[in-house]
Amino acid sequence: MTGFELIATHLPILTVVVPLIAGFLTPIVGWIDRRLPWYWVMLAMFVVLLIAGNNLVTVINSGTIQYKLGGWDPPFGIEYVIDLLNGFVCLIIAFIAFMVSIYSKESVKKEVPGKTTPFYSVFLLLITGLMGMTITGDIFNFYVFLEISSLTAYALIAMGDRGDGVVASFNYLIMGTVAASFILLGIGYLYAVTGTLNMADMQNLLPSIYQNKVVLAALAFFMVGFSIKVGLFPLHAWLPDAYTHAPSTASALIAGLMTKVGAYAMIRFMFGVFTPDFVITTTGMTNILAWAAALAIIVGSVLAIAQSDIKRMLAYSSISQIGYILLGVGLANMIGMEGGLLHVLNHALMKCALFLVAGAIFYKTGIRNLYQFKGLGKKMPVTTTVFMIAALSMIGVPGTVGFTSKWYLALGSVDAGQWIFVFVILLSSLLNIVYFWRVFDNIWFGHPHEIEHIKKDEAPLTMLAPMVILALLCVFFGLFAYYPVHYVIEPLSVELLKLGGMP
Amino acid sequence: MSGIQESVIIRTVVRIIVPFIQLFALYVIMHGASGPGGGFQGGVIFGAAIILYAMIFGIGEGKKKMSDALDKILASTGLTIYAATGLICIVCGGMFLQYGAVPLIPDNPAEVSKYLIDLVEIGIGITVLAVMISLFFNVSPPESEPEEAEE
Repeated sequence: MTGFELIATHLPILTVVVPLIAGFLTPIVGWIDRRLPWYWVMLAMFVVLLIAGNNLVTVINSGTIQYKLGGWDPPFGIEYVIDLLNGFVCLIIAFIAFMVSIYSKESVKKEVPGKTTPFYSVFLLLITGLMGMTITGDIFNFYVFLEISSLTAYALIAMGDRGDGVVASFNYLIMGTVAASFILLGIGYLYAVTGTLNMADMQNLLPSIYQNKVVLAALAFFMVGFSIKVGLFPLHAWLPDAYTHAPSTASALIAGLMTKVGAYAMIRFMFGVFTPDFVITTTGMTNILAWAAALAIIVGSVLAIAQSDIKRMLAYSSISQIGYILLGVGLANMIGMEGGLLHVLNHALMKCALFLVAGAIFYKTGIRNLYQFKGLGKKMPVTTTVFMIAALSMIGVPGTVGFTSKWYLALGSVDAGQWIFVFVILLSSLLNIVYFWRVFDNIWFGHPHEIEHIKKDEAPLTMLAPMVILALLCVFFGLFAYYPVHYVIEPLSVELLKLGGMP
Repeated sequence: MSGIQESVIIRTVVRIIVPFIQLFALYVIMHGASGPGGGFQGGVIFGAAIILYAMIFGIGEGKKKMSDALDKILASTGLTIYAATGLICIVCGGMFLQYGAVPLIPDNPAEVSKYLIDLVEIGIGITVLAVMISLFFNVSPPESEPEEAEE
């Protein structure tokens, strides 16, 4: 027990260090035997999952955890802070990454032959970057991890489709670098006027100089930078190509996590570095965000209808789903915020499941064009059932996770007196039905003479298990949304909006 | 390109200068704890020495001095040294990277910090030099063997 107690105080740093060390040891593990990295990544991700779970439970039971790196006191040294918000996001990252790591075995072997070891190494470093971004309480440390996660994401995407993957990765690199430059400029401006890099300290110092133009510019830079990172509508150009041409495993990971962490960062900067008062009333930033998000919801859905490549369709759908999260944040009232935060979890589950299904279908048949999916329902019953559950959830059928967050968002819109957003959510759900129905139609209702001689040929178990688990969770959290809402989302929304002071 | 490689002057100068560059790199790394310099800069200089060698004597010769396998191992061990130093501090009851907590020299945590910072710098230096070299080899023209050969 003493052994655990010794480790327990250091769990925040281990969340980042475990995937980091594991990532750098992967080449050696792969050098010993090239089948080992898969087991190695699963082991590492399982450990990280346990740590992240423990962190969140500790936060729920006994409040915010602070960890001083090197024993230096907060305003001077780097501090890691885990509160409800990032404990929650960390657990999502760890869980999705664990599921994807199980799934990756066959898919990576087929799609990136000869490069499995580097793939897993970069995979773990991506998790390191995302974890670090989420967990740190230091604004410049945040930027360092942002760069780690971006660079590794470029590398993962470039391993995808021959030629297209590299182009997509390059486009993302340009856009990502522009975004990172905006964010770094913002950080530099805030550092220049406050002289501190600690988020909590900055939040205390900033209110006295809110009239300063430099602070306003910093806020604008952050919003633009993070909007590129999450792929908010007018700045989304990199996203569809990157998601489409990345290897299936990487698509699922990046689609499931990258934009969520971007959204987390946006929330953290708005409410944890600046104060709710400032972003809601003084500058009206949340209002702008809500309208941009509403636009993203509609445009993303409409563009998704026009796609025939399933991964590209899911990518456009991601643009619209990110809109839901940011709409919730932009509404800036209790219920809307709850809906937005809940959608971080829900969208990670749904979108990850959908991309895993797309990957499994591609693995078995080599087809990505959804008009050629005829008869797949007979050939791969489990995979297509998972797809159906996740897609129904995206549409927002009651009993699935998609419904709960849309319900909260709609109530939040009513609460804010913005009836137009209710209409937007409804319209988007209808558009979702349109683009997912094309897939259902092809999977289940192909012409009989085309499908009668198709034999059952299901994806391997390592692929099926994580997909089925994610689909079950989609239903579980749809029926029992009480657990995340009661333990995490509700106290979190109160903390974000009313008290404001976060880490 | 071949003109440069055949020049006797350049080959001789490079052969003489490479060890000195490496020595300078070690100086920069060890200097990092107390002055300007450090693992990253030193690692880059060290890597540059080997890259210079490979540019003049050919990629094949360069790979003889620094094989892919060695490169990979160095890249991994460097960062592991860094992280392990941090973890030792945890085991000794301090925070991550709280060097003073390690009871290496009794009653003088500042002295311990100095040595352990050097250790961290060395780790970073090793990783940086290995990554520099592998970057160079990866973008070099295909005199080298294809990347897929490893699996």
